Amino acid sequence: MSNLVDITYFPGCALEGSAREAKLSLELAARILGLNLIELDDWNCCGSSSVNALDKDIGFSLAVRNLSLASPERLLMTMCPLCVYYLRKAQLRLREDPEALRAQEQRWGRPVSPDLEVVHFMEVLVRLGPQRLQSRLAQPLQGLKAVPYYGCATFRGAPALSRERYYQGELGTVLTALGAKVPDNVITNLCCGSFLSTAHPEVTQPLVNKVMESAMARGAECLVTSCAMCQLNLEMRCTLKEKLPIFHFSEILALAFGVREDEGWFPRHLTDPRPLLREKGLVS
Amino acid sequence: MTTSPALQTPGGFESGVIEIQGRSFARELQGLSGTNLNRCFHCQSCAAGCPFIQAMDYSPNKIIRLVQFGLRRQALESRAIWVCVGCSTCAAECPNQVDLPAVMEALRHLALKEGVKVAAPEILDFHREVFSSVRRHGRTHELGIILRYKARVRSWFTDLNLGLKMLARRKLDLRASKVKATKEISGIFLPQRQR
Repeated sequence: MSNLVDITYFPGCALEGSAREAKLSLELAARILGLNLIELDDWNCCGSSSVNALDKDIGFSLAVRNLSLASPERLLMTMCPLCVYYLRKAQLRLREDPEALRAQEQRWGRPVSPDLEVVHFMEVLVRLGPQRLQSRLAQPLQGLKAVPYYGCATFRGAPALSRERYYQGELGTVLTALGAKVPDNVITNLCCGSFLSTAHPEVTQPLVNKVMESAMARGAECLVTSCAMCQLNLEMRCTLKEKLPIFHFSEILALAFGVREDEGWFPRHLTDPRPLLREKGLVS
Repeated sequence: MTTSPALQTPGGFESGVIEIQGRSFARELQGLSGTNLNRCFHCQSCAAGCPFIQAMDYSPNKIIRLVQFGLRRQALESRAIWVCVGCSTCAAECPNQVDLPAVMEALRHLALKEGVKVAAPEILDFHREVFSSVRRHGRTHELGIILRYKARVRSWFTDLNLGLKMLARRKLDLRASKVKATKEISGIFLPQRQR
């Protein structure tokens, strides 16, 4: 594996904090896929829903500072669909408003490329193609029944970005390529409740339970998400007696690539996935 | 001339009047949100799809109707604009490509700008805690946000077990991850004039 492809990588706050297991597994899985992830030096919050709810300009400047730190030569990749959204939305404004671009370049004293390509990890996988995945497959998932849960942003794309990129079906394709079984007719993109999870758990609980019940009704053994916030909300707010484990997408990838989970990702889950994985012979 | 009972609304006659300025509110919102509200023909697909409608006072299409009628105060003081998380289910359902999340966002900004009574202060409080965490560290510090939020809304015991479990699983870091270039971050948060 000598020809690693350099990609700038924006972890975002969730992967730096509560979803560190997603970060650790992503870095290992990416390396096996032939990607050299270079963390964006001294990155900051992408702007987030909350900052943007209060002040659009501050949200914009936060996003642009990240863009100003990135090398225009490389893809800028993140694992968080909302980070992609806010970074791309800022780029849209930079393209449409040369005055804003000029002011931002002056503020940072660095050039800002509005055309820098900002992508979700899913996009990178799609570009690499299924052959690359299969060639790295070290431990097929043994028919693990996994529901691809996209959440909102990777499934629908945002109207503000003219829905230029969304990934309906891709998560399921990857899971199938890794040897999992993907049930059909199951809820894959009902909103997890997003930030209402803290202020109004009673609003998010029925949504999360609905997702979980739908998966169980189709015989699923776990769910796999492409968004760290969805993963946390599904784990935190499910009030059913029986709960399925929720994997970060990168954990499942790393597992299928034969990475041994030495760094303690799984014990960080609120619903421990290890009994299921042991039963399937996927961990010892 | 007396007012016909049919025109009276629970908020009194005045609140039901379609303002002469009504169109200007719709135009203003159109400018702020970049979406054409005239496209909405109130099929209510958005309302049928919205996962949060139970927690809203007005369904998404009714918010558009308020704007079309120029009922500025009702729109800005509605709970729905704060309950909306921008999941875009409504926009995906809409046959006429009305960008409802952008309309909701524009209404939130207007509500804050005009200092109206916010119908969901507990949601605004959450945003404020995230905001101040980013101002302090350049990134969000989840534990800090949760603790400050709990203090603000004075509900220490909801989610206590969950919080302890998350701490035990090391999901919540005690220390905040911080941006090194602190001046670059604080500069972003300076008052408008000095930015």
